[in-house]
Amino acid sequence: MYFAAEVLEKSSVLRQKWEDEVRRVIAKNPDQKPDHLWSTVSDLKIKRLYGPEDIKDMDFERDIGYPGQFPFLRGNQVTGYRGKYWTFRMFSGMGDAKTTNARWHLLLKEGQTGLSTAFDFPTLMGYDTDSPKARGECGKCGVAIDTLEDFLTLVDGIPLDRVTTSMTINPPATALWAMYCAAADLKGIPLTKIGGTIQNDMLKEFIAQKTLMCPPEPSVKLISDTVEFGTKYVPKWNTISISGYHIREAGSTAVQELAFTLRDGMEYVEDVIRRKGLDVDSFAPRLSFFFNSHIDFFEEIAKMRAARRIWAKAMRDRYKAKDPRSWWMRFHTQTAGCSLTAQQPYNNVIRTATEALAAVLGGTQSLHTNSLDEVLCLPSDHAVQIALRTQQIIAEETGVANTIDPLAGSYFVEALTNEMEEKAWEYIHKIDEMGGMIAAIEKGFPQLEIADAAYKFQRQIDAGEKIMIGVNKYVSEVQEPIPLVEIDDRVEIEQIERLNAVRRKRDNKAVKRCLEDLKNACKKGENVMPYCIEAVKNLASVQEICDVYREVYGEYRDPGLY
Amino acid sequence: MEKVKKIKAGDVRTASRLIRNLEDGVKEARSTIKHLFPLTGKAQVVGITGSPGAGKSTLVDGLVEQFRKRGKTVGVLAVDPTSPFTGGAILGDRIRMQRHAEDSGVFVRSLATRGALGGLAKAVGDAIHVMDVMGMDVILVETVGTGQQEVDIINHSHTVLVVLIPGMGDEIQAIKAGIMEIADVFVINKADREGSSKLRREIMAMLDMAPPETFASGWRPPIVRVENAFEPDSFGKSMEELTDTIAKHHEHLVAKDLLGSRIRRKAAVELHEAIRSCVLEPILNHLVAEGEIEGMIQKLMDKKTDPYTLAEEVARRFLKEGV
Amino acid sequence: MAERKLRVMVAKPGLDGHDRGARVLARCFRDAGFEVIYTGCHQTPEQIAAAAIQEDVDLVGLSCLSGAHRYLFPAVKKQLVERGADDIMVIGGGIIPDQDFQYLYDNGIKAIFTPGATLDSIVEWINNNVKPRE
Ligand code: B12
Ligand SMILES: Nc1nc2c(ncn2[C@@H]2O[C@H](COP(=O)(O)OP(=O)(O)O)[C@@H](O)[C@H]2O)c(=O)[nH]1
Ligand SMILES: [Mg+2]
Repeated sequence: MYFAAEVLEKSSVLRQKWEDEVRRVIAKNPDQKPDHLWSTVSDLKIKRLYGPEDIKDMDFERDIGYPGQFPFLRGNQVTGYRGKYWTFRMFSGMGDAKTTNARWHLLLKEGQTGLSTAFDFPTLMGYDTDSPKARGECGKCGVAIDTLEDFLTLVDGIPLDRVTTSMTINPPATALWAMYCAAADLKGIPLTKIGGTIQNDMLKEFIAQKTLMCPPEPSVKLISDTVEFGTKYVPKWNTISISGYHIREAGSTAVQELAFTLRDGMEYVEDVIRRKGLDVDSFAPRLSFFFNSHIDFFEEIAKMRAARRIWAKAMRDRYKAKDPRSWWMRFHTQTAGCSLTAQQPYNNVIRTATEALAAVLGGTQSLHTNSLDEVLCLPSDHAVQIALRTQQIIAEETGVANTIDPLAGSYFVEALTNEMEEKAWEYIHKIDEMGGMIAAIEKGFPQLEIADAAYKFQRQIDAGEKIMIGVNKYVSEVQEPIPLVEIDDRVEIEQIERLNAVRRKRDNKAVKRCLEDLKNACKKGENVMPYCIEAVKNLASVQEICDVYREVYGEYRDPGLY
Repeated sequence: MEKVKKIKAGDVRTASRLIRNLEDGVKEARSTIKHLFPLTGKAQVVGITGSPGAGKSTLVDGLVEQFRKRGKTVGVLAVDPTSPFTGGAILGDRIRMQRHAEDSGVFVRSLATRGALGGLAKAVGDAIHVMDVMGMDVILVETVGTGQQEVDIINHSHTVLVVLIPGMGDEIQAIKAGIMEIADVFVINKADREGSSKLRREIMAMLDMAPPETFASGWRPPIVRVENAFEPDSFGKSMEELTDTIAKHHEHLVAKDLLGSRIRRKAAVELHEAIRSCVLEPILNHLVAEGEIEGMIQKLMDKKTDPYTLAEEVARRFLKEGV
Repeated sequence: MAERKLRVMVAKPGLDGHDRGARVLARCFRDAGFEVIYTGCHQTPEQIAAAAIQEDVDLVGLSCLSGAHRYLFPAVKKQLVERGADDIMVIGGGIIPDQDFQYLYDNGIKAIFTPGATLDSIVEWINNNVKPRE
């Protein structure tokens, strides 16, 4: 019991009085909108007031505790942000490797503390720039990487042993990580010294992001290969970033994001244990997560706090992990792209600042803040600087980093945290009953839950039940023009020339042999990583490696669930 | 007729427009069918039925590949439900078959039920004729799969595949409820899943219990296991087996002179349908358009007369005068 | 005669996987009473044009957020024209900068909708501008 009996008694009396008063007032001055519209952006009903009654069943030790203590509601780090702020990590990539490298150096100079790579569509989907399927896409949505040569240009001048780099790459993750490892090797940096993250989370691809290549089963196998390889040889690398961000951006509610992401995490844990026979504590500490920070301030904070507690419980009780580091949920956060508007784009700075603040109050370890031009194009230099400064202002001016988990104990925040946890477990159990996440995905369950939520939200926007300023309220006639980043169509031509030059100069026999070895490894079920590293060192391209996977494991096409 | 010529030459544009007009009930489309009808009867029609999510479309996609490998041209008619609330529909079967979109030997057409019960759309029968005249060797017809009794498919097919998946308790109930009678081949789909041998045993038991005359012609519906669609090799092998089984069934129909009775069944149904749409529907439409129906309903409510008397009056009036 | 139904294709050309908008639109069109053929992601212009013809749609709606619209949208229109289906109307939407509109119009794209467009306004535009062909 969290409150003494007299407190609850007193509260009940005073609450009664307050409720009477409320009834009296709204009889005369009704609320601005009906009850059901006072809800979160995810449509979770919020009460007018929260009090001791709402959290009376909490047990301090079991449910709250202290930072660095089970159930980690209040954070993993005992020193909070005093030892180190979250990593300022801006997701960036555009055009060719040289352009992106320049952006990276700019960001580091401006105080960014970690790197994060956005690849272009051909790379994301495992095609070379000159594939007929890739026409028109090169460099438009991120950096174009075909071979190790491009990769070396990308990381030129970046101290790989000191800066951690995150790579948003999924089906071709083995190929791109192999390039990173090869690059380190060429620079004489041992694999034990490099740190970073590959997203490498295929379950959420099937659910939300749709960079697809092979069917679920073999996709998860490839992921387990990276986990195993990382555990043995690249101990500072996060081999999966289990992502809720994409799930949310595809239109899910906050609870769905929480539940599906954590259930994905559990699926990976189970697969690695089953397939590789590894001890849970040997790899679990390197699992990392990635959440969205949407516009509904408290819902997001509650979601992140609940996430830590659920994961801790799952790892300790469900998977019997013993090392407290296995219980930690470490996560990166990105503010919500889909909350931003093309109309009155400067308003996006305010939205992003609010969302970033929520992420910090939720205890994130790393943060990307969207730029004000998010809905229009890839971020311009100026816009990305404002976005980076937003984080720096929150860290160094606002004082919110002074103390750890400052909202703990708030009746509302604790109650909301509990509610989200409860609702997430309901989903998790439902998916357990379906036979796990792969089975649920094959049934289309998470995909359709999300599609329902996305459609409902769009209708609510149309009906004015949810507000987006500048879109369905306070609409202005004049559109403020802002400078747009444009990726020239020439980038594609030049990239194809570079690729062809590599093809001419490399030892094609060696490439063929490497790919043959990779194919045999796939067929035998061996770990593919060593073969990938060998292949990229011999300048095999991303597509050449992915074609091997497609050939051996089969191709998976978007089932287009609606 | 220009249109007939184009359709005979396999012109997709003309054919798909004609199917559209048939769906929309355009009169002129009907007269085109009059010209096409004598040219029909060459295609082999295979019906695929089973509950939603059973993997019918995925199976059709696999069958298309097989038939193409064997040098056959393939038409696909895939039916999805119309929303009873809005009259709209999302026709999603095609998504599974998009990889064949560019193959000129494959013609996939989606149809919405538009209120038709029985698992198909009203225009399916005529659409089959259109594809037949286009020269499609095989026409695959995928039913809605709403779980209701989808027995219409048998009226249009030479061979009916009933697709079942393991682990769905109600499947067998559905078999009992009548799907059983229409199956020429049972397909256990996603057979890699738990419960597939149990399902197989259940189907066998069901077949064993059927009255002896059921298989008098010598065809006892075989059960084909189809492996996981996501494993290209084993799925491909399953598809080969299924395609062989379909061919065997067709040979059986031919050998036992049973094709005729299937074609006759289709002819009978088409005649019923045609009479309904040429005789009954115009009369009803006329009564509605003239507002007469309302008056009749009022008379019934006032107990001034009864439905049979009114119907007989209508029959006397229209069947003599015509509409 | 039964009523004429509008048949609309919602297609995702190229490598883009941003399908939230496309799938919302598919549902919205169904609820507006249209028959909708959705292609799923990762379609080539050739696949889209062939499918549009086989399905005899009145309208192809392309959704592209990847920035490759300058290549992909005209390519779809061109494929339709080459296959004798220049009467199938093509519209598009997604992340399309204003300065590309004219180029797309010039290449046969009839209308473009960008973020913030209401579902009702899109349906209204279609009802006003697309009639099922006789
Ligand atoms: C959600 C989102 C995602 C989600 C997508 C989830 C999903 N399954 O859809 C996730 C997180 C997975 C994602 C990933 C990526 N994204 Co993204 N994403 C967005 C975001 C924030 C919102 C898009 C959205 O869904 N909006 C809501 C829907 C309902 O709106 P909509 O699609 O725009 O549709 C409306 C209109 O445009 C119009 N419309 C659209 N299509 C059509 C078609 C027709 C026929 C009609 C009539 C109307 C119409 O009507 C709709 C209603 O108003 C945008 C930025 C933004 N705010 O727009 C970036 C954005 C589109 N993404 C971008 C990028 C770069 C990516 C990545 C490539 C990043 C990377 N390198 O890894 C990946 C690629 C993923 C993939 N496989 O496609 C860039 C594209 C840049 C460009 N084009 O120049 C954007 C613009 C962000 C940015 N500024 O960087 N993303
Ligand atoms: N696990 C598994 N899933 C399959 C298999 N065949 C189809 N599916 C999936 O089941 C779902 C429904 O398939 P679909 O062919 O559309 O079924 P339909 O509704 O009967 O036409 C899709 O998501 C398919 O990808 C299979 O063999 N194994
Ligand atoms: Mg289907």
